[in-house]
Amino acid sequence: MKNQNIKFIQGNEACVEGALYAGLDFFAGYPITPSTEIAELLSYRLPQKGGKFIQMEDEIASMGAIIGASLTGSKVMTATSGPGFSLMQEALGYAIMTEIPCVIVNVQRGGPSTGIPTHVSQGDVYQARWGTHGDHAIVTITASNHQDVFQTTVDAFNISETYRTPVILLYDEVIGHMREQLVLPKQGELPLVERLRTSVREGVNYHPYLPREDGRLPMSDFGGVHRYNVTGLFHDMWGFPSDNPEVVHDLIRHLVDKIRNNVNQIARFKEYYLEDAKCILISYGSSARSARHVVEYLRPRGEKLGLLELQTLWPFPHDIVNEKCVNAKHVVVVEMNMGQILREVKRAVERPERVFIANRIDGVFITPKDIRDILRVIQGKGV
Amino acid sequence: MEKCRLVFSGSGGQGVITVAIILAEAAVLYENLIAVQSQVYGPAARGGATRSDVIISDSEIHYPKVIQPNVLVCLTQEAYIKFYPIIRPGGLLITDTRYVKIQRKVDAQQKELPIYRTVMEEIGNPIVFNICMLGAVIRMTDLVKAESIMKVLKDRIPSGFLEMNRKALNLGMKLAEDVKS
Amino acid sequence: MAIKGYIRERFFPHIWCPGCGHGIVLNSLLRAIEKLGMSKNEIVVVSGIGCSSRISGYVDFHTLHTIHGRALAFATGVKMSRPELNLIVPMGDGDALAIGGNHFIHSARRNIDMTAIVMNNRIYGMTGGQYSPLSGYGTLATTAPYTNIDYAFDTVELAKAAGASFVARSTTYHVQQLTKILKQAILHEGFSVVEVLSQCPTYFGRKNRKGTAADMMEFYKDNTTPVGSKAKKENPDLIERGVFVEKEMLEYCREYEKIIERAMKGRS
Repeated sequence: MKNQNIKFIQGNEACVEGALYAGLDFFAGYPITPSTEIAELLSYRLPQKGGKFIQMEDEIASMGAIIGASLTGSKVMTATSGPGFSLMQEALGYAIMTEIPCVIVNVQRGGPSTGIPTHVSQGDVYQARWGTHGDHAIVTITASNHQDVFQTTVDAFNISETYRTPVILLYDEVIGHMREQLVLPKQGELPLVERLRTSVREGVNYHPYLPREDGRLPMSDFGGVHRYNVTGLFHDMWGFPSDNPEVVHDLIRHLVDKIRNNVNQIARFKEYYLEDAKCILISYGSSARSARHVVEYLRPRGEKLGLLELQTLWPFPHDIVNEKCVNAKHVVVVEMNMGQILREVKRAVERPERVFIANRIDGVFITPKDIRDILRVIQGKGV
Repeated sequence: MEKCRLVFSGSGGQGVITVAIILAEAAVLYENLIAVQSQVYGPAARGGATRSDVIISDSEIHYPKVIQPNVLVCLTQEAYIKFYPIIRPGGLLITDTRYVKIQRKVDAQQKELPIYRTVMEEIGNPIVFNICMLGAVIRMTDLVKAESIMKVLKDRIPSGFLEMNRKALNLGMKLAEDVKS
Repeated sequence: MAIKGYIRERFFPHIWCPGCGHGIVLNSLLRAIEKLGMSKNEIVVVSGIGCSSRISGYVDFHTLHTIHGRALAFATGVKMSRPELNLIVPMGDGDALAIGGNHFIHSARRNIDMTAIVMNNRIYGMTGGQYSPLSGYGTLATTAPYTNIDYAFDTVELAKAAGASFVARSTTYHVQQLTKILKQAILHEGFSVVEVLSQCPTYFGRKNRKGTAADMMEFYKDNTTPVGSKAKKENPDLIERGVFVEKEMLEYCREYEKIIERAMKGRS
């Protein structure tokens, strides 16, 4: 008999299911391969629950629209790929500066520029971190299978509400388009974080940008009883523009610290056979599937191989990577770019000279053989 | 069970990708198996060579693509030329007699089936060409039951078309039995 | 409520130069709102970047000071989520029609209910006097030292062509008319565009020898004429002011409510 809670769907659809589960109210987007299925499906599903969908004139407008909608108290999301993600960067910085919760999905394809639209890449890891200008912190999460796509999408909304920050879901073409099973959790099975709203009553002074002692910033919905100003300029606790050095300094510290001080709370990762691993593969997103394949294949053949699959890429969990790799002879980062997470891993471990890369940058999904070839070279066995 | 890796190939519009999805979905939703389906994307929605990969297994599938298929279906000459070298030794290669002319011997069971001709003669509508092919595949591989395929179809297509699809599926199974025996 | 009740007094003095027309636009806007008797909590002012965009900080409504050119996109998100709110989007000419030109025409096309005010001073004031898409051929600017060879948009024609259901123009000289037009624009259900000719004596005026602020306002008095007047036929160089378009059209958020109804029905 068919189990109604099991679906056989694309990763992009799993992301939609996760977003709806988390309480998505509003989506604005612009068509772009390989993320378009997210917009298509939400145009159908959102109005069924009274939510709103709009196809904007470009990705800049999409980002603007979700920020505006979030301010009124909605849970919001947009989805795009490389070129569209580039266009979103200025407004992304605005959401960081104004601390407006929102979720941005980037289903990565090959770049730079138009690149290779229907093929996979993981080349936007740094862009997610530093794409917008100025000093800032950001949260970026990824996943390697549909159950985790669902879970990380829910997490993205929760983190976004908790820390009042944009969260980037950095999926890729393979995950987005591939179909596999998703078991839908029941309502209530996964915890959901709702918007923390101010308890300040009408007529009492509300300071929209005065964090509580725990660092959280209670919000008042636009259209509610508190009228305040929101600006991308450095601003004081009222939300008013300020160039007072103390105000500027404190705000940038607050924006960075609220993420940096919670690295371990935000860090999501999975580990396989790390206890006795002499060689550790570190991977994320779809490439972690190929890495896992290699580990499962070589373990029974006597190789002490393990896998650390990162889900949170930013803030990078340096301490966790350091601790997990402390006994490894070799660390091999498996990714589909020129070494973006490689660099972070090298910065995290005790002996960076023992960190290698198994990568692919030609639009072809990295194969288990690609990884095993590199392993053989590292182990001095030749190709 | 062993992992079964299938590649369906043909040209855009033949329903190659749809069939791959239906098969994998039937395995997951009605046979309690694990399946992964993926496809190669190009810029064109119609025409051009298409390929869809399916892996069906009773244990977790990590690497989702097929490098060497156990089962390879080619519905155009172009697809046949492109993909016949990747078949796993001893695998099953299914082609349609109208679209593909077998050129080389490969280390596989080669089954040339008159799928298109049969569909046109018996049903007269090429729209179910792909379902007929799927009937042959499931009969030859015993991957999923025909009823599971029909359950998936029931959720996907208007009820008025269900009977035509059932007929096509049965025809495909019959074709497979004919060559099997 | 007295006009003063609509401003955030402690954020004055404002940043605008002496003689700038933008304060007059602010004044007219507040008078229009006062006459409409609207509650402060139901108004959202969304602006972009530039001199004009600072208007949002000075008014005691829900105010969203966004990024350059994108105010209408942000406003679209607010309006879609809370259609009962009144959206007012003051923009400069560069903000609305250069960097934000795409959002301008698409908001007009959708006929989403909001009031877009284009404060046209024909120059980029905040960055110090560069030519804008409304400066026009033959003008001088810091980036057009040999005279400008770009033709100007006609805001009214652009808005009409893009499908705005309310289109009007006035000037900082004609404050009574401006207030009346802004009132109409806010009441109109659909996308309303109000272009206000607003003097920039500091940059456009000085660069182009237009005299003092008072001289520039006199220019508005002498060189504009009511829509469809006889004077325009005799002197085609006169700039028309008044309401050019006011038509009933299906409004975007109301139409989306119907989509929701249809989607929910399909489900049950």
